[in-house]
Amino acid sequence: MATAAAHTGHDAHASHTPSFFSRWFLSTNHKDIGSLYLLFAFCAGMIGAFLSFGIRMEMEEPGLQYFANPQTYNVFVTGHGLIMVFFMVMPALIGGFGNWFVPLMIGAPDMAFPRMNNISFWLTVAGFLSLVCSLFVEGAPGAAGAGTGWTVYPPLSTSGHPGPSVDFAIFALHLSGAGSILGAINFITTILNMRAPGMTLHKMPLFAWSMLVTAFLLLLSLPVLAGAITMLLTDRNFGTTFFDPAGGGDPVLYQHLFWFFGHPEVYIMILPAFGIVSHIISTFSKKPVFGYLAMAYAMVAIGVVGFVVWAHHMYTVGLSLQTQSYFVFATMVIAVPTGVKIFSWIATMWGGSIRFTAAMHWAVGFIFLFTVGGVTGVVLANAAVDKYLHDTYYVVAHFHYVLSLGAVFIIFAGVYYWFPKMTGHVIPEWAGKLHFWLAFIGANILFFPMHFLGLAGMPRRYADYPEAFAGWHKVSTWGGHVFALGMVVFVIGVVLAFRSKTRAADNPWGPGATTLEWTLSSPPPFHQFETLPTIVEEPAH
Amino acid sequence: MSDAGRDDRHGAARNTGAARTAFACLALVLTMTGLAFASAPLYDMFCKATGFDGTPRRGAGMTAVEDDSMLVRFDTNVAASLPWKFQVETREITVKLGETKTVFFRVKNTASTPSTGIATFNVQPALMGGYFFKIQCFCFNEQTLQPGETMDFPVVFYIDPAVRKDSNTDHLTEMTLSYTYFASKNGQPTAALATPAGTGTKTNF
Repeated sequence: MATAAAHTGHDAHASHTPSFFSRWFLSTNHKDIGSLYLLFAFCAGMIGAFLSFGIRMEMEEPGLQYFANPQTYNVFVTGHGLIMVFFMVMPALIGGFGNWFVPLMIGAPDMAFPRMNNISFWLTVAGFLSLVCSLFVEGAPGAAGAGTGWTVYPPLSTSGHPGPSVDFAIFALHLSGAGSILGAINFITTILNMRAPGMTLHKMPLFAWSMLVTAFLLLLSLPVLAGAITMLLTDRNFGTTFFDPAGGGDPVLYQHLFWFFGHPEVYIMILPAFGIVSHIISTFSKKPVFGYLAMAYAMVAIGVVGFVVWAHHMYTVGLSLQTQSYFVFATMVIAVPTGVKIFSWIATMWGGSIRFTAAMHWAVGFIFLFTVGGVTGVVLANAAVDKYLHDTYYVVAHFHYVLSLGAVFIIFAGVYYWFPKMTGHVIPEWAGKLHFWLAFIGANILFFPMHFLGLAGMPRRYADYPEAFAGWHKVSTWGGHVFALGMVVFVIGVVLAFRSKTRAADNPWGPGATTLEWTLSSPPPFHQFETLPTIVEEPAH
Repeated sequence: MSDAGRDDRHGAARNTGAARTAFACLALVLTMTGLAFASAPLYDMFCKATGFDGTPRRGAGMTAVEDDSMLVRFDTNVAASLPWKFQVETREITVKLGETKTVFFRVKNTASTPSTGIATFNVQPALMGGYFFKIQCFCFNEQTLQPGETMDFPVVFYIDPAVRKDSNTDHLTEMTLSYTYFASKNGQPTAALATPAGTGTKTNF
């Protein structure tokens, strides 16, 4: 997009870096904190992936092979869900790429509140440790860990889990939620107050737009989750009856509060990915993004409508017919701005000078897979269909297509796109492409059969199943192995990048990459934009 | 903003704008937290005011009685935690629209210790909530029964004839009033007049 007219003087303080401890543990530098977030997300993601590996190994065949107690299987499912949502996708996309590139793209020297930024990160780490603790203390009678599912519905999470495990999980969400709220305040303040001269909101890169919308979603939804799980905590420990009908409460109230958070949460995870994919498609098509303003406001529309569709997760709780009709309609409305984005990405590529780099592979793969997940989302939006498919593997397939194959694919796309900028090293293109094909093929083999399983009636969160489901479960597990192999290639690629003598150019992607981060060195100086860049061009994308 | 460089990140010029934004964000967070806690009472008030989702309404009584009538069924349940027997004098009754009726419910404590219970209630179809008015009901308060003690409680209600003017309900000829007694948890009446979906008494799953 807009290019800096006055280039930055990034020599003066570039070499002035603090000691190891104060640089990484007391960090107030947005790039260092971004790196910490990415590293943290990788480590948490490995643990989350280990748990999913346990799930897939167990599901390979009917009967119990690896888990003596099916409750432990549910603990794995719960841990996998919570870790991937709160400690992998969110830290990577928001804390990692957001911290790294929002200030760079808007021409700011750093985030508005650098010390708060540090607190956000360490709160997330503390939350993660609390969640790991919850895996090892008693939850349900006689079993360690919380097997409540990531939704933590009462009464399973209250009377079903008398042990302290659920309390640890609730504290984990409190801590990481507080970290995310502080981070969101930081992003909003930075974007609204610290854009370079000349960069109006309508000239701002789409990734910054996506982070602005995401931050508002976080501010509006996370406090509701915090409220809901606080009520859960007091119901568990202090005799309140928010969710207990015996005292006038209602377990469905929890579901309403949870999904008032939970639905915007899925957009919190995917909107930053929307931002990143726009830049990658534009860069490697050597064209500005098609319909820049429509793209920005489609994200705003998705964010707004995302708050009024929550009960489509609850069609089976006994909503009245009118209520269901409303939520069906409102949910389908979201397909419109989402369609605007999908078609605009395709239109960006149309007639462009396309280069299929590793990052572009991931971005195009994302468009395809996210569309598949979107289509099954429209299917599930129908209350009548959902009553049949509720809590089946069809739902599991749907949300893994939009998250595991949507958000996660763009995390890798972002890594391959920005790795040269962030580190100055270059991941070999073959590694990125091989990783992509293994992940693309593996993930489809892993998740596509789940549609069939769900349609056939396979419920989620069960450690065992009838013989009839065995075939597709086996195929699905093979896909998981292929995907895991792709992760090995990724690690090899990163190791090779750091061992190689090749150094990345300031702008390794050529004239298609027009956002401000490419005007800086690779890696950028410790402090950038000491002289603020001035935006002179018209918005390109 | 131009001086907001690396060393002095708290430059006064930028700080005011940034602080204002940050405090506005903080206010938003606090508002949403408050709304999360206020959601249940607000929904309660909404249901009581509108009879939404099968919440019977409290009323003072009707004068105009119409010839048209409805069959009202009664359903009594006791949660497992409460050692009570709960019955109604009649399973069903035909009520003229606008006519005030009294039906007695009987609870008995079958245990050897005193216990306190409170009832929640709902009507089906849920659309009838707006037209089913209670004048007197035991469910507004909690009851304590001594061992073996039996108590009779009246429920006084009427059906608003306006039910025939609503195109969603004008065809209905029957409805059910359902009660569930729970052990009172806090030793104080906590059940409000609204029982939103899913408390175990609703049947439209």
